[in-house]
Amino acid sequence: MLGYYVDLAVRSLKRSPGLTVLMILAIGFGVAASMTTYSVFRAVSGDPIPWKSSQLFVPQIDMWGPKGHGGDGDNGDPPDAMDYTDALALMHDHRAKYQSAMYMISPSLVPSQAGKHPINVGGHAVYSEFFPMTDAPFQYGNGWTAADDEQRAAVAVISDKINQKLFAGANSVGKTIDVDGKDYRVVGVLKAWNPQPRFYDVSNTGGFTTNDEDLFIPFLRAIDVDMANSGNTNCVDIPAQSGFKGLQQSSCIWMSYMVQLDDAPSVEAYKSYLDGYAREQQHAGRFSWAPNNRLRNLPKWLDAEHVVPTDTEISLLVAIGLLVVCLVNTAGLLLAKFLRRSGEIGVRRALGAPRTAIYAQFLVEAAIVGFSGGLLGLLLTGVGIHSVSWVLPKDIASLARLDIPLLLLTLVVAVVATVLAGIYPTFRASRVQPAWQLKSN
Amino acid sequence: MMQIRPILAALRHHKAGTLLIALQIALTLAIVCNALFIIHQRLTHLSQPTGIDEDSLLIVQNQWAGRPAPAEVPSLLAADLDTLRKIPGVTNAYPSNTFPLSNGGIAYGIGHSPDKLKFTSDTAIYFTDENTLPTLGLKLVAGRNFRADEIGEAAGLDKIAPAVIIITHELADRLFPDGSAVGKMAYISNQPSIIIGVVERLQTPYVDSAMAQWSACSTLVPFRHLVDSTAYVVRVQPGQMADVASHVRAALYAANRMRVISAKDGVQTFAQVRATAYASDRGMAILMGAISVVLLAITAAGIVGLTSFWVGQRRKQIGVRRALGATQHDILSYFLTENLLIGFAGVVIGGVLALGLNLWLMNQFEVERLEPGYVIAGVIALLLLGQGAVLAPALRASHVPPVEATRSV
Repeated sequence: MLGYYVDLAVRSLKRSPGLTVLMILAIGFGVAASMTTYSVFRAVSGDPIPWKSSQLFVPQIDMWGPKGHGGDGDNGDPPDAMDYTDALALMHDHRAKYQSAMYMISPSLVPSQAGKHPINVGGHAVYSEFFPMTDAPFQYGNGWTAADDEQRAAVAVISDKINQKLFAGANSVGKTIDVDGKDYRVVGVLKAWNPQPRFYDVSNTGGFTTNDEDLFIPFLRAIDVDMANSGNTNCVDIPAQSGFKGLQQSSCIWMSYMVQLDDAPSVEAYKSYLDGYAREQQHAGRFSWAPNNRLRNLPKWLDAEHVVPTDTEISLLVAIGLLVVCLVNTAGLLLAKFLRRSGEIGVRRALGAPRTAIYAQFLVEAAIVGFSGGLLGLLLTGVGIHSVSWVLPKDIASLARLDIPLLLLTLVVAVVATVLAGIYPTFRASRVQPAWQLKSN
Repeated sequence: MMQIRPILAALRHHKAGTLLIALQIALTLAIVCNALFIIHQRLTHLSQPTGIDEDSLLIVQNQWAGRPAPAEVPSLLAADLDTLRKIPGVTNAYPSNTFPLSNGGIAYGIGHSPDKLKFTSDTAIYFTDENTLPTLGLKLVAGRNFRADEIGEAAGLDKIAPAVIIITHELADRLFPDGSAVGKMAYISNQPSIIIGVVERLQTPYVDSAMAQWSACSTLVPFRHLVDSTAYVVRVQPGQMADVASHVRAALYAANRMRVISAKDGVQTFAQVRATAYASDRGMAILMGAISVVLLAITAAGIVGLTSFWVGQRRKQIGVRRALGATQHDILSYFLTENLLIGFAGVVIGGVLALGLNLWLMNQFEVERLEPGYVIAGVIALLLLGQGAVLAPALRASHVPPVEATRSV
């Protein structure tokens, strides 16, 4: 029967090519707009480390108290970054399975080959546990050890890109690089690794970034050589003393902090540890306010930091609105098309076709329109994703991909939506009174 | 308008189709109003003047390799400025921590007391010297420029407590609404600074909407920033921009190799800076524009499609009316009026939807309140669109000959 309905549908669609093309165009544009913006939305709202994001937590401590609250959009949350004093205290107590304070650095590298210009690199000063915590993938070698952290060793982990630039991609473990005029021994080379959003340092990157992570060096080493942070610094008080040392003694926030906690009991334990720590600071007179801490896991943290750009969400909503209008449009046109064939329906019903047969026939017709619209939509989505870099910022647009799931989703959305739009017109068609139609003919 | 009653009676037989068209018009209006409003907001945002001579400015971002000590930086800066000024076509230059629309820099609270919690306004801090005003082409509306002997030095993260500052007109108005700011004191640190000059306008480095409240509140401090990264703001003679832009990197490297000037964005004309800073606003405006055009096109096409169907369905009735004496004009105005009625219903619902959608967006995304002008403009546009779309099928209907009445379907 299905083949017969398909045949009927194709005949009917051919009979009014203008209307058919109009419906297919509407579905195609609607679906393509939705899918293009959805592909961007999917890219920015995705989980950068799905296999362990629920075990990664960002602790927040209220080191500012009332001074840090009361501005626009204040929701009582403590600051979203860490000051030096508290970050080091938390590192010292070492209560999580893995933990790392980190800050953004932007030193220059001087290639050893004569005649090559120095290059600027971006990266982070981190603790050794950063690498197992973030599952950073190594190509050669490994991260450094806890002992290297303590000894402030001049070691470095470099990106694949920098390894290509400085060592032509060879295994450079054990070789020396010149960072800001000082020698560092390479202990590890990462594979291409560019997690988006940059989950371990959202407060400095805002989440999405086109900057590369070229270099990681031990945190205490960077502090020792006065390598200042290149990320944000936020203060409620002017530091009492000048310089990087003054920053370290101030309550200014300029660091990110991440911990790994594998199960619910350790999360609870860490929470009570943070509260205990804040109470201790209160007793010591450093904080004159009650503990106000947060411990969010990564998905909740990304949400709280509004990592998904507002523009992306608004675009998706508007595009879905466009799809809805296209469907209302299609419903109207299908209604017109189906009711125009009242005579044909009357004849079929009079010859014994049940209502379900009418349903089947017209829903097949709607599905064919939907599928054709989907194919057109697929084509347009491809064009859309290619041109999205033209309208959205590069750091976001470069993440949008047309892959098999999106391809299938496009077709499914087109067919399902069109069939839904076709339900009412089909219902009306099935209610056609055969006697009336036959009489008027 | 005597036709309204029979039109309503006829529409009652096409409830579903009528409703669908009205609904489509309503949704289109709701979305297009909000999209146009977003476009308007973005265009307003990106067309804000910076207050500087953008056409004559070139930005060179330099980082010294090997992190020189703060004491070495002044001579390095002096040598670079010398190199820059010798390039043919360059008329002036100064080193700074940042520049308008760069999206990075230092921001302080400025106010009448050293207590940071009681500041009057946020302000962006520009490190400048006596060449800044002529280089940027800033218009001094009161007071005077810095003198060369007033230019101090500040290492990275040093406390910035200048004896004298120049501020923008907007900031002066906020600090001293009742009169001239020149000669008065203001605090950006725990020591007072004397305002010696007021410039007409200088935008902050920030384009983010969160900092839009004080986008014209800038403070110029007379300091050289002794850090390893510097932005040179270079003024170029008219017509020489391309020439200077292509030579400046090589000239600086030739003078001193131990530096990084990114090949990608180390040298940018101010036009490029502007394009980068507002890329997302421009993109959003284009996207909303494209979606609006598609929406309007589809709605118009839908009206054409459905009205054509109705005309086809009613050929016989039209023929009867014509045979009974109705003129072509009567038939034409019948369909136009019918569309207008449906359109009215649609825009009334759509207007409410538009405001509702805007309220919801305001709640969710800090979008501003929709100006009623947009809804009115949208209503007029959609009604005209409807009339335009219905014109072709209505004309076809008016050409149905009276003899149609005698034919069976």
